[in-house]
Amino acid sequence: MLLAALILIPLLFGVLIAFAPDGRARTLAGLGTTLPLLLGAYVATTFDWTTGERMQLGPMEPAAWMKPLGITLSLGVDSVALLLVLLTLLLGPICVAASATAITTRVRTYYAWLLVLQAAMTGVFCARDLIVFYICFEFTLIPMFVLISLWGSTNRKKAAIKFFLFTFTGSVIALAGLVYVAWYATTTSGGKFAGWTFDIGVLESAARTMSAKQQAFVLLALMAGFAVKVPLFPVHTWLPLAHTEAPTAGSVILAGVLLKLGTYALYRFVLPFVPLAVVEYAPLIALLSIVGILYGGLVCWVQTDVKKLVAYSSVAHLGFCILGMFALNNTGLTGSILYMINHGLSTGALFLLIGMVYERHHTRSMKELGGLAKRMPVWATFMVFFVMASVGLPGLNGFVSEFLCLLGAFQASSAWGSGVWHSLGVQKGATPGDLGPWFAAVAGTGMIVAAMYLLIMVGRVVWGKLVLPHGHGADNHGHGHDVPAADSHATESTGGLPPDLTKREILTLLPLAALCLALGLYPKPVLMALQGPVSRTVSMYDEMLRNPRPGPAVEKSAAAERGAP
Amino acid sequence: MSGRLAFLYPEIALFVATCVVMVLGLSRTLKARKASAWVAGLGLVAAGVLAMASTPRMGQASCPISGFVYHDGLTPAMGQVVLAEMVPYVKVMIAGIGLLLLLTMAGTVDREDEARIAAGQAVFDPLRSNRAEFYAFVLFSLTGLMLTASADDLIWLFLALELTSLPTYIMVAISTARNRSREAAVKYFFLGALGAAIFLYGFALMYGGTGHTNLNAIAQHFREHGVSTLSMAGVLLAVFGLCFKIAAVPMHFYTPDVYEGAAPQVSGFLAFVPKTAGFVALLLIVGAVGWEYAGHSAGVTSLFAGDGMEPVKHAAGGRQLPELLRLTLWVIAALTMTVGNVLALLQSSVKRVLAYSSIAHSGYMLVGLIAGPVGSTFTTNGVSAILFYLAAYGVMNTGAFAVLAALERGRDAEGHVGEAESFDDLRGLCASRPMLGWVLVVCSLSLLGLPPLLGFFGKLPLFSVGIAAGEIPLVIVLGLNSAIAAYYYLRLAFTPLLDAKDEGSAAIQAAPFKGRAVAAALSAAGVLVLSLAGGWLMTKAAHAGAYYPSAPVKAESAPISDEPAPLPNDVHE
Repeated sequence: MLLAALILIPLLFGVLIAFAPDGRARTLAGLGTTLPLLLGAYVATTFDWTTGERMQLGPMEPAAWMKPLGITLSLGVDSVALLLVLLTLLLGPICVAASATAITTRVRTYYAWLLVLQAAMTGVFCARDLIVFYICFEFTLIPMFVLISLWGSTNRKKAAIKFFLFTFTGSVIALAGLVYVAWYATTTSGGKFAGWTFDIGVLESAARTMSAKQQAFVLLALMAGFAVKVPLFPVHTWLPLAHTEAPTAGSVILAGVLLKLGTYALYRFVLPFVPLAVVEYAPLIALLSIVGILYGGLVCWVQTDVKKLVAYSSVAHLGFCILGMFALNNTGLTGSILYMINHGLSTGALFLLIGMVYERHHTRSMKELGGLAKRMPVWATFMVFFVMASVGLPGLNGFVSEFLCLLGAFQASSAWGSGVWHSLGVQKGATPGDLGPWFAAVAGTGMIVAAMYLLIMVGRVVWGKLVLPHGHGADNHGHGHDVPAADSHATESTGGLPPDLTKREILTLLPLAALCLALGLYPKPVLMALQGPVSRTVSMYDEMLRNPRPGPAVEKSAAAERGAP
Repeated sequence: MSGRLAFLYPEIALFVATCVVMVLGLSRTLKARKASAWVAGLGLVAAGVLAMASTPRMGQASCPISGFVYHDGLTPAMGQVVLAEMVPYVKVMIAGIGLLLLLTMAGTVDREDEARIAAGQAVFDPLRSNRAEFYAFVLFSLTGLMLTASADDLIWLFLALELTSLPTYIMVAISTARNRSREAAVKYFFLGALGAAIFLYGFALMYGGTGHTNLNAIAQHFREHGVSTLSMAGVLLAVFGLCFKIAAVPMHFYTPDVYEGAAPQVSGFLAFVPKTAGFVALLLIVGAVGWEYAGHSAGVTSLFAGDGMEPVKHAAGGRQLPELLRLTLWVIAALTMTVGNVLALLQSSVKRVLAYSSIAHSGYMLVGLIAGPVGSTFTTNGVSAILFYLAAYGVMNTGAFAVLAALERGRDAEGHVGEAESFDDLRGLCASRPMLGWVLVVCSLSLLGLPPLLGFFGKLPLFSVGIAAGEIPLVIVLGLNSAIAAYYYLRLAFTPLLDAKDEGSAAIQAAPFKGRAVAAALSAAGVLVLSLAGGWLMTKAAHAGAYYPSAPVKAESAPISDEPAPLPNDVHE
């Protein structure tokens, strides 16, 4: 019931806002996002973190919905899903607060869609039924499409369409893969036809008995859908455009949560459903993620648009996330899941910060901005803080997860246990797998690239000579002009906002900063909470990798089930 | 005999209503003629109620005539093909969506004359009024559609199909006062006649190949002797001819021109009624051939062969349509979806977009026809999937056309009332006319198949039956086509919602007929209700598609026999 409330409250408020007067919209939106956040905090206390791998808080008897299709309205979260739900709930009020002055037109519509989006995202993480998951997964497209195309910047139409078509195309193919699994499950239920079900738990155990070739096809279909969402190189091209054109809150949600829908789906469906294929194709996927890391990083390096830079950095960052996930060991997967949360916090905050500058100076170009520390010291402090978190400075959250992902990839090599490595005694801590030091080493250079582009950006925008755009870019697209440092109370209007951050803006950033620091200094509680679900997934892979195929665990049970009449 | 008649009560009710409407069309007063719409509505309600009352219970085959029943009142046994339960479902669906369509027809004909009479500028001239006749045509067409569903004989089927189509030619011609409607009607008529000739030829060959016109007997014959080359030629010709009705490649060319030329409400009628007739006829013809032939390439089995694994057992034992028929339908389906969607991308007129998309939707449904009843559940029965999709498509598509019908722009130089045709005309509709705007948003998103709307739940079983039948490449084509369709449906959904009003769209007013707006609202309500609680309709569709498959036919040998079919005795009578 609690989970249903988390989904329904924003949805109801969304509908309410659509019919409320414009003036009330923001208050209602604040209420509609804060209530779930409080409820989410309560849910977190009732959740049994010691058995995080168990699906909890769902109704005991899920209600059937569209019975002939075999859909059940079943909800439940494990610790991974709950952490992501909490991230979603946290970003909710922050996004509402961040939109206070930025959104002046069609306010009602804006907040209504924002809340609907929140409900859909929460639904994705809570769903225990494939179709319920898919419905929420797809339905996030509509509010996001509206947010980008109504309140985006100049190129918004194209960005919105591209965003929709890319992700929609992918997910229809993924649906075919998921329905295939559901059909397969009906043919393997011990000879009896048990009827159609889309229950994730049931499908999970059935899917594993598929042959390697079937799994490969299903993997291909699922990756088509989820890799686009992540986004994995080379299907990332929608992301920079969508991020750049979206309004601030839209970018925050895109980076913070929507990208995680892809990685979460990989964790929830790809890893447990098709282990044989995952083992076979893990190096390929890891390779793509490394290409993404380096390519994304290099593209960032030449960006002059700050927002685009952060957008491309997401491509690189999520490359680490995928790399860690497909290391298929405890370290890598833990790091990967932690990365989902960390990326949501730090990149979300970066988008907020860029949005705050954009609101004041109506530009995102590094050529027109510079030395803002002189003008906006508070802003600059936060900017440097979150850039450091994003770069992976030890002590902040980005470091922990990035390091774990790389370490996981580094360890994941069957080669460690043999030959010269064995005699050197470095096999300790190594896990079987097909990645290994080379993957980690090449990906590691991505960290250096990340440091370069982010620090160059900080160097230009935060430090140095104060540069502000002329006439706010409305009629002047040239270079900014130099402002004497003494002229701190320049007459430029800043969109009705004080030069530096307001209290409201600081309040939106503070919780994120606190969490970045906390997760950087003491990530242990979260890491422990993740152990249940991670080891549940990893133990299966460990078994498979130690006993090269045909793995007894998987294939034998497959043969047994298939042998039954 | 009385049993047979009892099964035709819905058609009889509808026919009586049609006759009453025709007689009203002779009356001298405008008032009496205005009653014709109400009588037509009553007739449809009565037909729907009667059809509902005749719903048989599962496995009882209580309907004396129907798709295929061999023995009156007997439980269908193995070796029989029974689509018995399909008929009441289809008839109730026709009555329901027919009512929606009837509402959209408000004010279609005689609008100018009646406006002049109302303004006192003219007196009612009984000879000039077509109002009652128009409603009679609507009812005739719907009667034909119901009769199509009841058909158990090729001749009956042909007559019913023609009764469905003939009135629509006239409806197109008189739907607007413009010349382009006449042009559309002529195009439609000649191509329709061509299509009818082709499937009639096919029916003749089927008769030649089997010696029967009765579908049950034909099905029996196919089961006992296989499908001879002659009969297969007949079946293929029938399929090609029926492609005209469902607007499938290669008989789709007329669709955009005719839909554009006709008034939007009549286009909406064309998108549902002949399509349903075509699909019901296809189900009967293809159902007579049956889905029980051993296929050497039954999808999944071959896809994963050579894996060192036992091939996955096909839910229906690896059975399918005869290979040639399957291939033909496969190509038609893939081409229909793709051609429809790709050409829809290029259009600027909303009516043409909806026309091309109606082609594409036929392609989607053909997936269900190819897969056939793989299993007995809703998710594995292609027949049920088609039947459900027809209802879903009928509701959401009628909604979209009803919105177009409910809008108009001022008169042009010749005094004709303009239609809302281009996307630009719809800009800002959600702000200026929230109800119509949101109906369009809901219906287009549903047509796009966006979850959780009705269209998604219509496509999901098509996905699952396609996969269950091993037609995975076709399912991928279906998926990719849904994505292509996203482009133009998004445009259709979001032009009213997101774009600001401009001068062009400011000239758009509401048509002065409440019926059209009511139809639009009802359609959107139907879409929403069925999206949230459509389970019952799925159950009905699952029952309606219930199919009792026979044992595999000549599983070892080629399904198509080259031997001439032995002439049955009744040919010599």
